[in-house]
Amino acid sequence: MKAVLVWWLLAMPAGAETLRLALSTSVENSGLAGVLIASYEAATGDEVRAIIAGSGRGLALGAAGDVDAVISHAPELESAAVASGSFSHRAAFMFNDFVLIGPEDDPAGISGAASAAEAFARLRAAQARFLSRGDESGTHEAEKRLWLASGAVPRSASGRWYLETGTGMGATLNTAVALGGYTISDRATWASFANKRGHRIVFEGDPALFNQYAFLPVSGEKHPFVASAAAARFEAWLLGDGQSVIEAFEIAGVRLFTPNARD
Amino acid sequence: MEMSLPLADLLDITLRSLAVSVSAVALAAALAIPFAAWLAISRFRGRGAFIAVLNALMGLPPVVVGLGLYLLLSRSGPFGVLDLLFTTWAMVLAQFIIVFPLIASLAHQSLSDLWQSYRDLLVSVGARKGQRALIVIRDARHALLTAILAGFGRAVGEVGAILIVGGNIDHLTRVLTTAITLEVSKGNLAFAVALGAILLAISLFVSVALHVLSKTEETRPW
Amino acid sequence: MVRLENLVVGGGPKGAMRLGPLSLAFAATGITAIMGANGAGKTTFLKVLHGLIAPLAGRVIWEGVAPGEQAFVFQQPILLKRSARENLELPLRLRGQAPGAELARLAADLELTALLDAPAHALSGGEAQRLALARALSTSPRVLFLDEPTANLDTLSAQAIEHVFAARAAAGTRLFIATHATAQARRLATEVIWIEKGTLIGPIPAPAFFASPPEAARLYLEAQS
Repeated sequence: MKAVLVWWLLAMPAGAETLRLALSTSVENSGLAGVLIASYEAATGDEVRAIIAGSGRGLALGAAGDVDAVISHAPELESAAVASGSFSHRAAFMFNDFVLIGPEDDPAGISGAASAAEAFARLRAAQARFLSRGDESGTHEAEKRLWLASGAVPRSASGRWYLETGTGMGATLNTAVALGGYTISDRATWASFANKRGHRIVFEGDPALFNQYAFLPVSGEKHPFVASAAAARFEAWLLGDGQSVIEAFEIAGVRLFTPNARD
Repeated sequence: MEMSLPLADLLDITLRSLAVSVSAVALAAALAIPFAAWLAISRFRGRGAFIAVLNALMGLPPVVVGLGLYLLLSRSGPFGVLDLLFTTWAMVLAQFIIVFPLIASLAHQSLSDLWQSYRDLLVSVGARKGQRALIVIRDARHALLTAILAGFGRAVGEVGAILIVGGNIDHLTRVLTTAITLEVSKGNLAFAVALGAILLAISLFVSVALHVLSKTEETRPW
Repeated sequence: MVRLENLVVGGGPKGAMRLGPLSLAFAATGITAIMGANGAGKTTFLKVLHGLIAPLAGRVIWEGVAPGEQAFVFQQPILLKRSARENLELPLRLRGQAPGAELARLAADLELTALLDAPAHALSGGEAQRLALARALSTSPRVLFLDEPTANLDTLSAQAIEHVFAARAAAGTRLFIATHATAQARRLATEVIWIEKGTLIGPIPAPAFFASPPEAARLYLEAQS
């Protein structure tokens, strides 16, 4: 019995270096993370330990040296993080888009909006119940950008019609569905979300909803103990063979992410 | 997208839950019970305040323990070199910290009551301090087992601290409570319920064991 | 055998009871009866002598007697939550000694043999007190403290126990008995101490004490008989 306990606690693979990778909830919740990691581990010998965290927390973990690399989708946060010296560089590698999710009957009438900015303006005017990630994630950053196009981020309405959950994408979707509210989500997470009930995509397609994902290895200068070699191997694969894995990932016949690494 | 976890993963998660919590509780009990015995039979200045603090630590919020431990174990923190973050050892440590005051406090209450009865006898027959401790521990064993089971119940149902220091990494640090959180966040409510049923079964087993033990304690005072 | 130097003893609810300062000595042989009204401090006095309670001031000085050569029988027997046998063997085992034929004889003398395998808490009051006495005698102590040892016993058990006291005293064991029962004190004591309202009178040789008791004790003794 003691031997079993020890085994379960250690679970160390023989040999190969392990990569600690923080990746955003949208990549995990869609199911892409599992596929990517399985393909990578099969192709190389490395082990990837994925810690699921919103972009904000993921970048913070990288800055502290608690992970070796980060996959996130918050371009402004990422640029700042690289500029601060915590990460050696930023490598864009895939994109998809955000979509606005709302109740079946779309009470705020945003499906007819001409642009994403106008959709958010209509939400504001109608004081429609809106669920925000509120967690400095990539999705949260995108949401804030869209509010700013028609005024300030409605923090003053926080707790009334603007509800900040501070949780991951899936948890926020659960809350939106349960409360009959609107929210913004990446397309992939929504596609794989199993608790949609009566909610649907009520607005999509505006280029402003473009969602870029990037890979950021933690700086080996700032944190000498990070697995820089393993991170470099993963990056090489992600920008190489990994691109076709991303391209092939579908749910119900729909491709959810588009590879766009620049060599 | 996975609609359900294969049986192997389910077993993996359940066994890890048990392994982490059993380890944490075993470690905590091994230290807390002798400590509680020492405290019960000792008299020193400030003992009352010491006991009050110990009892207060029972109410330490688990998630605060997780946060504190994260700051200590982070690579940017004082114990970063140990490389314990995002391992099951960090989870065992977190649960140990949460459960130690609980077991120590409950054990102390029982051992202290027994010491009240035994004190004059054991001093009179010349028992040394170590002998006194062993005698009260042995005679209070039912109550001590109850304390241990209570600690296990608290540990196996904990989620906040181990999520922060463990990271809920698949096949490495994922346990029942953190897996439930993840499945709920994916909207896989049916599966989350299945995991919850397993956790509930474990908790019920512990509760029933506690109940049976306290019954035998009543009818057979020794 | 033992001297009290400016000993001050305190106790009781809210520390109301106070005795001393006392400076007296006890000889190496004999049976001392400690008598007095309830709450006067008999139990506390015994416990301070034995070293279970610290005095408020002063010292208890034993000459030629080590702490391990004393034993105490409490008014309410203190029994471990174990079998009678394990209770009986406790003092010897604590000293790393294996119980032998002598202990078996002691148990037989006090009619405990049949009870040894029972849980200690299943014993009746009389049986428990006999067990406690056997346990106290198991280390052949030179000094035996007895706190109202027969107060809760039936006459037969009390008699049996008194026989043991007398036998031990005859063999040289020093006895200190706190007792309510004047008749018992008359039967056993070689000297008497009287404690009342913060004062201790004595030790007075027993014949003298009972022939003409001190003023304080007279009313009490008359009420008893």
